Amino acid sequence: MTGDVKLKEKDKEKEVVFEVKDLNLWYGNDHALKDINLAIKKNQVTAIIGPSGCGKSTFIKTLNRMIENIPSVKITGEINYQGKSIFDKSVRVEELRTRVGMVFQKPNPFPKSIFNNVVYGPRIHGIKDKQVLMEIAETSLRQAALWDEVKDRLNDNAYGLSGGQQQRLCIARCLAVQPDVILMDEPTSALDPIATYKIEELMESLKKDYTIAIVTHSMQQAARISDETAFFLMGELIEFDKTTEIFSNPKDQRTEDYITGRIG
Amino acid sequence: MLDHKMLKNKMLDKDRISRRIRLNSFIRSLFSFSTIFSLLVLGVLLYQVGVDSIGWLDLKFLTSNLSIFPEKAGIYGAIIGTVMMMLIVIPVTTILGVSTAIYLEEYAKKGKLQYFINVNISNLASVPSVIFGLLGLTVFGRLLNLGSSILAGGLTMSLLVLPIVVVSAQEAIRAVPGYLREASYAMGASKWTTIWKVVLPVAIPGILTGTILAMSRAIGETAPLVVLGIPTLIMKIPNSVMSDFTALPIQIYYWTLDSVLKPEYANLAAATIVVLLVILFVMNSTAVLIRNKFQQKF
Ligand SMILES: Nc1ncnc2c1ncn2[C@@H]1O[C@H](COP(=O)(O)OP(=O)(O)O)[C@@H](O)[C@H]1O
Ligand SMILES: [Mg+2]
Repeated sequence: MTGDVKLKEKDKEKEVVFEVKDLNLWYGNDHALKDINLAIKKNQVTAIIGPSGCGKSTFIKTLNRMIENIPSVKITGEINYQGKSIFDKSVRVEELRTRVGMVFQKPNPFPKSIFNNVVYGPRIHGIKDKQVLMEIAETSLRQAALWDEVKDRLNDNAYGLSGGQQQRLCIARCLAVQPDVILMDEPTSALDPIATYKIEELMESLKKDYTIAIVTHSMQQAARISDETAFFLMGELIEFDKTTEIFSNPKDQRTEDYITGRIG
Repeated sequence: MLDHKMLKNKMLDKDRISRRIRLNSFIRSLFSFSTIFSLLVLGVLLYQVGVDSIGWLDLKFLTSNLSIFPEKAGIYGAIIGTVMMMLIVIPVTTILGVSTAIYLEEYAKKGKLQYFINVNISNLASVPSVIFGLLGLTVFGRLLNLGSSILAGGLTMSLLVLPIVVVSAQEAIRAVPGYLREASYAMGASKWTTIWKVVLPVAIPGILTGTILAMSRAIGETAPLVVLGIPTLIMKIPNSVMSDFTALPIQIYYWTLDSVLKPEYANLAAATIVVLLVILFVMNSTAVLIRNKFQQKF
């Protein structure tokens, strides 16, 4: 009993990084996100699952305001990042995105050397010292579990790497900016099982230092790596709970149908 | 119900197959004939020009000035004129052209206005060069009182090739995949940083290729300069952008006209054509080399 209570209290202490309130989003007249309410907590992996077209990518791109690159998008509602609205006039997207990094579905390294890929972020944010950049590159590549594979060819073009290595390079490039949060949009869907396994392993270790939100269409992946899971369906957030709870004891019939493979 | 046997027999019809094969070989000979024919015409032209220039094209021809005596005449002045004109055309068109392309592709709102501007730039690229000559004469020659100076010629030529540079730079910028821009934005890069560090490095080979081709157009164009009223015989080597000048294609034009008076002028024209062709060939090969070397693998 007492153990249970203590656990709950400990949970409450978990700091909320992103707080989403009544979020609605339209592409022109298409209502793509409907009344979304959820909280992403610090040093956790939050998984976002749902059938394709349900708004997962749209949602995650709203968190770093990348969605605003699409001119037809209209947003209402609130998203607070560390207690402050990301839509506030005083917030610059450049600053938000420096703190909230993103890894995309398709590995998208620049057609530059491995080294120049990793230090792209630090460089554009004003770090010039070669020694410091080298250290950042090594640390980030180590964190992304890629260092041993590329340390002898940092000046080779990133396009010579395999798909899985390219994706880890993109993670390293993201980490090099020292973000607090990492958003990932189906980061393993273009990769083979071994590369996928490596990246899942990596997320487990990154959780200590970062807050991670990951979109995945693989329920097994969500179950394996996440602490909390949000289930989206046709633009609505159907259920949001602890991952173990979602998968063992879903409250909503539609969640159950989805995780048992009846819809999707 | 489909009669599979009938269909199968029909598709395997020997006559039909051999008819198609015959048609194919007919088309092939037709096309190869067209190719050979154009190459032949080109070959005859080059041969004629080459033969006419023999004995006339030498170092002295390149380094002496114009003269009314064909044996003494050279194209040094015309070369200097062309070079000085290009020293105006190159910076004006690359700076204006690439900036315009960046603005239209990266900054301008994708709406009716942007579409309207785009269509008009493409149209401008196909306006006959004489029209640009008239525009240059009116604006630079008369209104700004630049006469038929190198500056007037250079600015007129810049107008002529600017649309080509803009369109080719736009195409090169558009070919840069969106996911590269996204990667940069997602790290907190501003628009300009993304353009400078990601878009331009990838687009530069394409931009260069288009620009070089546009420059070779400017070097070879005659009509706008004729309209501007470049004098027939200029003995002075130009020494500033306000000097009157002559350029290679103009010299070819006038010597060809004058060959009725003295047949030797035709030889001078031929020798100048060879020089111009060599310059254009080198420029176009450079463009092709750049394109092949940097061919993107996206
Ligand atoms: N750029 C866009 N313009 C218009 N509609 C879009 C755009 N991107 C996505 N949508 C629509 O929004 C909905 C959600 O898409 P998305 O967020 O990509 O789904 P998911 O990532 O879950 O597969 C879909 O109906 C899709 O057609
Ligand atoms: Mg998606």
